[in-house]
Amino acid sequence: MITLLITVLLVGSNMDSILKQGVVFQVRSEITENPKISESFSSVDEFESFVQMQIEQRIKTLGLDEPWYSPQRIGLTMYKILTLDFGRATFLTSDSGSSDVKEIILEKLPRTILLFTTATIIISVIGIFLGAFSGSRVGSVIDRLTSSFAVISSSFPVWWIGMLMIFLFSFVYQIFPARATPLIPSSDPNYIGSLLYHMTLPLITIVMIGFGSWAYLVRNFIVGIMQEDFIIAKKTIGVDQKKIIYSHALKNAAPPIVTILALSLSGSLGGAIITEAVFDWPGMGRLYFEAITVMDLPIIIGATYILTVFFLISIFVADLLYGYFDPRVRVG
Amino acid sequence: MSSITPTEIKEEFFKNKIGITGIVILLILILTSIIAVITIPVETFKEWNNPGSWISYPKVAIPVWVNLFLSEKIPEHKILESPKINYDTAENISVTYHQFGINFDYDDFPNDFIYEFSAKYSGSTLLQMDVIRPDGIHLKLLSTSLPNLDSNSIHSERVFSTDDSIKKNLILQSDKFLFSLNNLSAEDIVFSKAEKQEILKGNYIFLIKMYGNNSENKIQESKLIIGGKAFGIMGTDELRRDLAVGLLWGTPLALFIGLVVSIASVVMGLLYGVYAGYRGKKTDEVMMRFNDVIYALPALPFLIILSVTISNSIFVLVGFLMVFGWVGIAKVARSMSLQIKTRGYVEAAIMMGQKDSKIVLRHILPQLLPYAFASIAISVPAAITTEAGLSFLGLGDPSFPTWGQILHDANVYGAASRGLWWWILPPGVMIAITGLAFVFIGNALDSIVNPKLKR
Repeated sequence: MITLLITVLLVGSNMDSILKQGVVFQVRSEITENPKISESFSSVDEFESFVQMQIEQRIKTLGLDEPWYSPQRIGLTMYKILTLDFGRATFLTSDSGSSDVKEIILEKLPRTILLFTTATIIISVIGIFLGAFSGSRVGSVIDRLTSSFAVISSSFPVWWIGMLMIFLFSFVYQIFPARATPLIPSSDPNYIGSLLYHMTLPLITIVMIGFGSWAYLVRNFIVGIMQEDFIIAKKTIGVDQKKIIYSHALKNAAPPIVTILALSLSGSLGGAIITEAVFDWPGMGRLYFEAITVMDLPIIIGATYILTVFFLISIFVADLLYGYFDPRVRVG
Repeated sequence: MSSITPTEIKEEFFKNKIGITGIVILLILILTSIIAVITIPVETFKEWNNPGSWISYPKVAIPVWVNLFLSEKIPEHKILESPKINYDTAENISVTYHQFGINFDYDDFPNDFIYEFSAKYSGSTLLQMDVIRPDGIHLKLLSTSLPNLDSNSIHSERVFSTDDSIKKNLILQSDKFLFSLNNLSAEDIVFSKAEKQEILKGNYIFLIKMYGNNSENKIQESKLIIGGKAFGIMGTDELRRDLAVGLLWGTPLALFIGLVVSIASVVMGLLYGVYAGYRGKKTDEVMMRFNDVIYALPALPFLIILSVTISNSIFVLVGFLMVFGWVGIAKVARSMSLQIKTRGYVEAAIMMGQKDSKIVLRHILPQLLPYAFASIAISVPAAITTEAGLSFLGLGDPSFPTWGQILHDANVYGAASRGLWWWILPPGVMIAITGLAFVFIGNALDSIVNPKLKR
């Protein structure tokens, strides 16, 4: 909870300057839209002072003249954010045309979850099995391949691979669509199929880049555990190698793996920003990207908040899971 | 791990092939950045986002070396800057000759040609532009009077091949060609065979004459640009910028960002963690809770908000990256120092009444150095890719274009959909290579520090 408060405060200090800028922008654009106002002034100075006055007036009505750290403001902001009231977006709207930030985010969030959760699940399944396999055969060809693939893939930015994939599979070989946004409206019965088809290319890209480092991680855990006494004892008793790896070693590697899984699930929500911008996937990341490009403040704040909350929840869940899988932690 | 001495690490490291590969790549990168800093002046580089300074370069030109693999040679973009200069005076008329020779040996017509000059003269002058083709045909391109200048002052101008008077002059000479010149552009006529509309290879001579009645008349700068579709080692982008310049200068920037961020955050994390671990009790508790708070912040959204609101200067960005970088290292350093603290010699030092700062710096920190080096190497790629990612979103520092920004521009101008691979591939490959170098070094160090992971 403390973390939450600090996060909100951190955003709050920025929010103020953002909001003030927003007000200035709003006033100026209103004046440029109304040429009559500017015509009624004789000198530039007079005009400028009028603009300044307008800006100050607005700031006062919004309560922005008080510093952001005044208790009144903080309380209000906290209350608003906790009740998920982010206000209205300035420029962007949801697909159905609503400009309520909450609705926009609620519309985009499932899509991000759909893409990145699917990807993370595929990655972790491939990664765990590949990692367990190569961890049990240290030094084999597969182990070397996995390790080097992990090292190489981890130094490529996902979004760059995404650009290359678009280049290759959408334009050179026209297999997948370049833009991940389906063209048909969401009410159409074929929408889900189309969405899944458009999802393939980003999904392949994320999985391709992701599973290597997962496999490497799992491999390292397994290698560590395979040197533990109880595994060596099992080996000497003559327990089947496969059974040792998949039931005993993996079980012991579970706590860190589960923790990382929980963290990477929520981390992928944040990391999705650039990937979604490249693939034009209509989720949270692209919403974020669009909000930044047009400086749509309520959305930026709302989305950051949601991402932070997700992150915190998953850290919390990861901690709980760790305690569940590894009883030693509970004591400490 | 405490039993490993620096010399042992060195020895082990040089036995490790991957580590050596990493070092070699890193050395090459450092060499590249030194070359970049020496050969390309900072002024050129600062002009990266100024379209005016790239005007004589071609738009989206393919790298020149592609021609080596093609049977049909793509015309290269040529910028001819050093003409043969002659002067001549007859009666009161002085003539300045500037002569450009070009060997045109490509299988396609050039895009255009541009003559760019600045002349110092007084009175009225006449500029003539002729071309002598490989087949001996002499074509008059232009004959135009320059504006009348009273004193000895400078006049600059660009003559484009799309100029109407060039076209008119060529049409007047249409008896030299066996086909109709209507609907053809000037460069298609000049570089075409006389019999039919096909490219004529060979040596062309462009002759520029300036007539005037003052013997001090001079063409000061004179540049002939034959517009082609291939240019430079890395080609150019939509804004005519030479990508080689951007890529070369990206190297020192990426190394700077990566190294500064990782070294600073590792040092910060190390000191923080060791101190917390050493002091223990309440200090430890408070410091670790603060650590948890930072750890719980989602880095990328925060970096985005910070760079939008505060500043997108590259130095501020480096600072932000540090803030998010030190947390994990502090955690590990704390647990390590908790272990080391219980060792006999540390307890002995405490009992001897040595100062805390001395114990931390002399006895605990050196034990963590191998780990610190490994984590510096490993955290460099993350810093570079994060910066590239932010730049890719358009939040980078525009006065220091990085590889990420080149990719951002590529994405904005739809390079992928237009097949401009030389705009997308090299920056990403550079990011990946730089990352790989450090990952290699880090992995090699890691396998020495953590012998358990050894193959």
